[in-house]
Amino acid sequence: MRNALSYHERWSEAWRSPEPKPGYDVVIIGGGGHGLATAYHLARDHGIGNVAVLEKGWLGGGNTGRNTVTVRSNYLRDPSIRFFERSRRLYEDLSATLNFNVMFSRRGQIDLIQTWAKWRDVRRRSLSMALVDAEYTIITPGEIVRRVPLVELDPKARLPILGGAWHPGAGIARHDAVAWGYARAADAAGVDIIQNCEVTGIRRAGGRVTGVETTRGTIMAPRISVAVAGHASVVAAMAGLRLPIETVPLQAFVSAPLKPVLDVVLNCPALHVYLAQTDKGELIIGGGADGYTSYAQRGSIHVIEQSVAALIDLMPRLGRVAMLRQWAGMIDLAWDTSPIISTTPVGGLFVDVGWGSGGFKAIPASGEAFAQLIATGEPPELIRPFGLDRFLRGRPVLETAGASNRE
Amino acid sequence: MFLIPCPFCGQRNEEEFVSGGEARRRPDDPASLDDAAWADHLFNRDNTKGVVREWWWHARGCRLWFMVERDTLNQAISPAEKPP
Amino acid sequence: MSGWRLAEGGRIDRTRPVGFRFDGRSYSGFAGDTLASALLAAGVRVVGRSFKYHRPRGLIAAGVEECNAIVQLVGSEDAPNLPATLVPLRPGLEATSVNCWPSAAFDLGAINDRLARLLPAGFYYKTFMGPAWAHSLGIWPICEWLIRRAAGLGRVPAKLDPRRYQKRYDHCDVLVVGAGPAGLMAALAAGRAGARTVLVDERSEAGGALLEAPKEVDGKPALDWVRQCVTELDGMPNLRRYAHATAFGYYDHNLVGVLEHEPDGTTLRARLRKLRARQVVLATGALERPLVFADNDRPGVMLASAALAYAHRFGAMPGRRAVVVANNSSAYDTAIHLARLGLEIVALVDLRAQPPSKLVTDAQAQGIAVRTGAVVCGVEGGTGVSAALVRSPHSSGIERVPCDLVLMAGGWTPTVHLFSQSGGRLRWDDRQHCLVPGAAVQPVRSAGAAGGSFDLGRALAEGAASGTAAASALGFSPEPVAVPVVPDARPLDLAPIWEVPGRPHGRAFVDFPNDVTAADIRLAQREGYRSVEHAKRYTTGGMAIDQGKTGNLNLIDVLARARGEATAAVGTTTYRPPYTPVSFGALAGQDTGALILPWRETPMTPWHVAAGAVMYEAAATWRRPGYYPRGSEGLEEATAREARAVRTGLGIYDSSPLGKFEIRGPDAAAFLDRIYCTRVRDLREGRIRYGLMLREDGRLFDDGTILRFAPDHFFITSTTGNADAVYAWLERWHQCEWPKLKLWITPVTTRWANAVLCGPRARDALAHVAEGIELDTKAFPFLSMREGHIAGLPARVMRVSFTGELSFEINVPARHGMELWQRLMDAGHDLGITPVGSEANHVLRVEKGYISVGHEADGMAVPDDLGLGRLVDMDKADFVGKRSLGMAAWRAAPRRQMVGLLPEDSRSLLPEGAPIMPEERGRDLLDPIGFVTASCMGPALDRALSIALLEDGRRRIGTTVCLSSHAGGQRARVVDPVFYDPRGARLRA
Repeated sequence: MRNALSYHERWSEAWRSPEPKPGYDVVIIGGGGHGLATAYHLARDHGIGNVAVLEKGWLGGGNTGRNTVTVRSNYLRDPSIRFFERSRRLYEDLSATLNFNVMFSRRGQIDLIQTWAKWRDVRRRSLSMALVDAEYTIITPGEIVRRVPLVELDPKARLPILGGAWHPGAGIARHDAVAWGYARAADAAGVDIIQNCEVTGIRRAGGRVTGVETTRGTIMAPRISVAVAGHASVVAAMAGLRLPIETVPLQAFVSAPLKPVLDVVLNCPALHVYLAQTDKGELIIGGGADGYTSYAQRGSIHVIEQSVAALIDLMPRLGRVAMLRQWAGMIDLAWDTSPIISTTPVGGLFVDVGWGSGGFKAIPASGEAFAQLIATGEPPELIRPFGLDRFLRGRPVLETAGASNRE
Repeated sequence: MFLIPCPFCGQRNEEEFVSGGEARRRPDDPASLDDAAWADHLFNRDNTKGVVREWWWHARGCRLWFMVERDTLNQAISPAEKPP
Repeated sequence: MSGWRLAEGGRIDRTRPVGFRFDGRSYSGFAGDTLASALLAAGVRVVGRSFKYHRPRGLIAAGVEECNAIVQLVGSEDAPNLPATLVPLRPGLEATSVNCWPSAAFDLGAINDRLARLLPAGFYYKTFMGPAWAHSLGIWPICEWLIRRAAGLGRVPAKLDPRRYQKRYDHCDVLVVGAGPAGLMAALAAGRAGARTVLVDERSEAGGALLEAPKEVDGKPALDWVRQCVTELDGMPNLRRYAHATAFGYYDHNLVGVLEHEPDGTTLRARLRKLRARQVVLATGALERPLVFADNDRPGVMLASAALAYAHRFGAMPGRRAVVVANNSSAYDTAIHLARLGLEIVALVDLRAQPPSKLVTDAQAQGIAVRTGAVVCGVEGGTGVSAALVRSPHSSGIERVPCDLVLMAGGWTPTVHLFSQSGGRLRWDDRQHCLVPGAAVQPVRSAGAAGGSFDLGRALAEGAASGTAAASALGFSPEPVAVPVVPDARPLDLAPIWEVPGRPHGRAFVDFPNDVTAADIRLAQREGYRSVEHAKRYTTGGMAIDQGKTGNLNLIDVLARARGEATAAVGTTTYRPPYTPVSFGALAGQDTGALILPWRETPMTPWHVAAGAVMYEAAATWRRPGYYPRGSEGLEEATAREARAVRTGLGIYDSSPLGKFEIRGPDAAAFLDRIYCTRVRDLREGRIRYGLMLREDGRLFDDGTILRFAPDHFFITSTTGNADAVYAWLERWHQCEWPKLKLWITPVTTRWANAVLCGPRARDALAHVAEGIELDTKAFPFLSMREGHIAGLPARVMRVSFTGELSFEINVPARHGMELWQRLMDAGHDLGITPVGSEANHVLRVEKGYISVGHEADGMAVPDDLGLGRLVDMDKADFVGKRSLGMAAWRAAPRRQMVGLLPEDSRSLLPEGAPIMPEERGRDLLDPIGFVTASCMGPALDRALSIALLEDGRRRIGTTVCLSSHAGGQRARVVDPVFYDPRGARLRA
């Protein structure tokens, strides 16, 4: 208020733009939500403030700024449920924690059930999620229409709506604000956030990392943490590490702002489309990933067409609502579609990668757990199943359910 | 939606194809690999930023599996010969 | 001039008045008007309200960049968020302005404007939180509720769009986007050369900028030249012209999305063309750039070129007395033309101190007073301009110049959207102070204003050159094209001044629709949001419905100055598709309803439907019977009855969707021995073996039967759900890894229909219709195949079983499927034959302890986990997955193994998916030791039973486990998963 009367001349910088120092205790590669949250927790929880976050562009400019802002925990496998429910709960208090309004809106999600296989899948998730007190209950088609009047119930529809799964804890948050909030808090705790600083090499000696080469000079650090999305393999390769990851485009698009018409996150797994309405009124819509590897940050129009066709099938009144803007992010898909938060065979090198389409919702819990891993060298229980060694040990966390059939 | 040069049908829309991922040969004698090397073959990928050699299947066409070279930065694409 | 309509001129049909309604009031315009020009001519100045402050807004532009006059069409044309400049006037049109209540002229939300000081850019990040206790009471959710209701523009239509949408693939040699002077020349050049050419333009008639300002070409009015071009183009057999069609997106390999608006004028709302062009010429023109000064958003402040467009093209004059403010020379011609059309230009304020003297004298000759080196530092008037506030260099005060129109001429911004989407780099042109196309990465050229050539003569020449070059690049041999003669153009001589110093704390808007001011951008910069992307996202500048077409460059300019850097150093943001919004209806096209995901049916489907079966998709888009209810039966009763019939008498099951493949060739056996972990080589002719396919990681991929017809000829089945994946898999291994193996793989899933007679009476029923097949078990043992005739139809009969009972699977060519089914029903009539759906089939397999891919084989299980280790032949030299089965760490316990569960309460089903806990360690561990994969009331055991995957499950047989408390907490005994006939006597009967 005081600032308002002074015409906002006195707001201070949200974060500094420091010159990189010659060395740090920890260097984090990637100034997105994950890297910034990790830096924040290193400083806050472990007293490690001599940390640099290196961002090749502008902070929050990668997948943090390109996702569809959904936060949920309706996963299939127990370790995933536990992790994402922890993250979802941290989101509920994140604005207060960071003293920055990330606009988390706990509006709930409905997963539509349109096949009997999905019905079984929902029951399994529901019972597994109950173990961590995450609510996921089956609701009737009538209840779906009560909550989302846009949805047309047509018993003759190609895939009639048999019911829905209601996930009341799910919500959306403002993606940029999450990055800025963590950046501001990390900066206040002494972390150096260095933008326009691209890592071009990782220095090693005796099987351990010693520092990074960047476009702004060499920066030494005994611990280097990779928290990048869309480039995990490229950065890991600098340390001679191969990852079980492929990078593919994932597209999203928004409509022009509309008066409130959708109060929940609505997900249609059978036809691969989901949507929510932002506070500004835009419908933000996502679908399936493109079917090839790419680093081009662009996708194919037929993937958008498929998502929109599904949308119109569910909500035919959206026909004259228009797509205002479309974009693509590059997502790193791990072999088993679960993330990798882990130590590596290279001493001092840690990775927090392979988040696929689920990185945004993971930011608070990932930051917290990854910081502990970096600080102590030991993964907390929450992320133990997501180690890189799970592949060699034969313990993947396969997040895609096998196609179900009755033969 | 880029064009993919099918060696049999010519250039067709990407929609007709299924990607088979980067072109890797299965080791001739898997039994000769130790566990770590086999796990590397199974799970790890080059995931190259730049030109990759990869398999495509003309699933909604002639059903030929074939190889192309494609730049993952701009989708520039050209036919590639099969490995010997 | 009558009202605001000029006495003559304009491309409107004054003999056809058109009545329409706006915000509840009736008006009249003419055929040929847009909603915007008709409103302007009717004297409506306030056409909308801004997003945040609800400030009254008037028209600023005449084309796609209009961002203030956003309307909702109502009635049968109901549609949200359309710029009034793009809505053709038609009889009965009814529109309302969006984001205001009750109307644009009188809007209660305008209170926000008074509170503006409290609501700067990014205010919502720093407020609405309160102290922690208030947060916990949910302050933000309430604020959010209020914000959401205040935000948003139009509303979703209440009714379905009555019109249809279409999609087309399209191809051409040369695509020319834009039918202005450059585009027309490019199309002429390419078309004359013989290239298959497409010319696309968003306006309903050709001419581009020539429609909107009086010009001369070849010594005659420009539009005469345009008409001559169009006549020639429309006569070319190799050229198609799409008018009222927007090229909205540029994708990989020269695929351009083109949206035709109402192409047939009646039934079609839009047609989406995905146009693959070998060469593209972008002649997309340029948009005029506004200037930034205090209250530059007041109704009556508009782009100078827009005012001329309204006057020249529509005969509608936007005001009576105008002040023109300019930083370049193009404003002079605009002002002179407007003056000739009857607008009083009270002052031309040139921000440049020393404009070319010829310009000044020309303007003065037209009676226009030119003030050089002066600025417009603000305007007066709330719902309409009443005066411009002009400050001159040599006087200290501010002069109040009464006027009702302030025209901004801030130079030109090439429309580079499509070029940028094509992947081409943009370059900052320091001479012209605008972004222009740089190096292209796809076969695309820019011509005319789109490439930064703003004068008409150069546009024509570049158009001709681009069209010629595009055709030449494709091997055509174009003749030289004569470029028409035009009068010499004046150079722009633009001074890079856009923001004009104004009154302190006056609000100078950069992004009109999102209410972003220059002060907001400086605030963002001070707070550290220095990168253009941060500033944009923090202030929301450039993210409104016009996607920054008017505001983006001014935003970059203000930011660059705040940072004290050159514009080029600040960079730009990415131009994303679409250029203008594309309706979801158009993107979906005709791919709705049943076409969204085609389903498959077996030849027997009409019978199932007539029998009252509940049809649904069990897998892989096959619609098939789930169960056949009798009377008032529900799923459970019907399923139980059907399953009992199979155990005790006779059932019939339509198993046609099963994946089927013929593998033929001298190396077929060797190939299958590598594909299956099960041994194939020693399978005898006429015999069948159950086999497993593993993925290379050793986990079960699919299961099915392998039948050998001949030494070089096999017939294999896959699960229904995996049939497509198995086919791709087989072809891949053959073509990519083992191309030297000689064999063919033929998918024959839909070539064969297949009915299964199952149950102890199956043989009795089959005996009625079998010809040439001995049915007794010695002659025709389990896991063998016989060819013969069934009910007179050529058939392959296989003794396999998915239910645990005596079964005969009868395959006939698909065209005989229905007849086979009917004859089998007749043959079994006296034996009480019961049709069985997939639900009962599921129950039967659970009781028998058979696995189901997708249930127990969930992508993690290896054969041994499922008790199928005996089907793996580790003696084979190699097979897919073999190496992985030998991974030491993978074999280590604990592994989840398939077991049976018998609940203590024999009438209570364990919920499928329920987590399982060891009894001794409590019910609600976070780490369950397994989960229930399938449950049913066993038809033979007449009790509840389940299959589960359980850690070290086989070791736990005989112990008791319990479910999590949410799942009911039931206790159950762990048993062998084969509940029924463990020795298999029944299926071998």
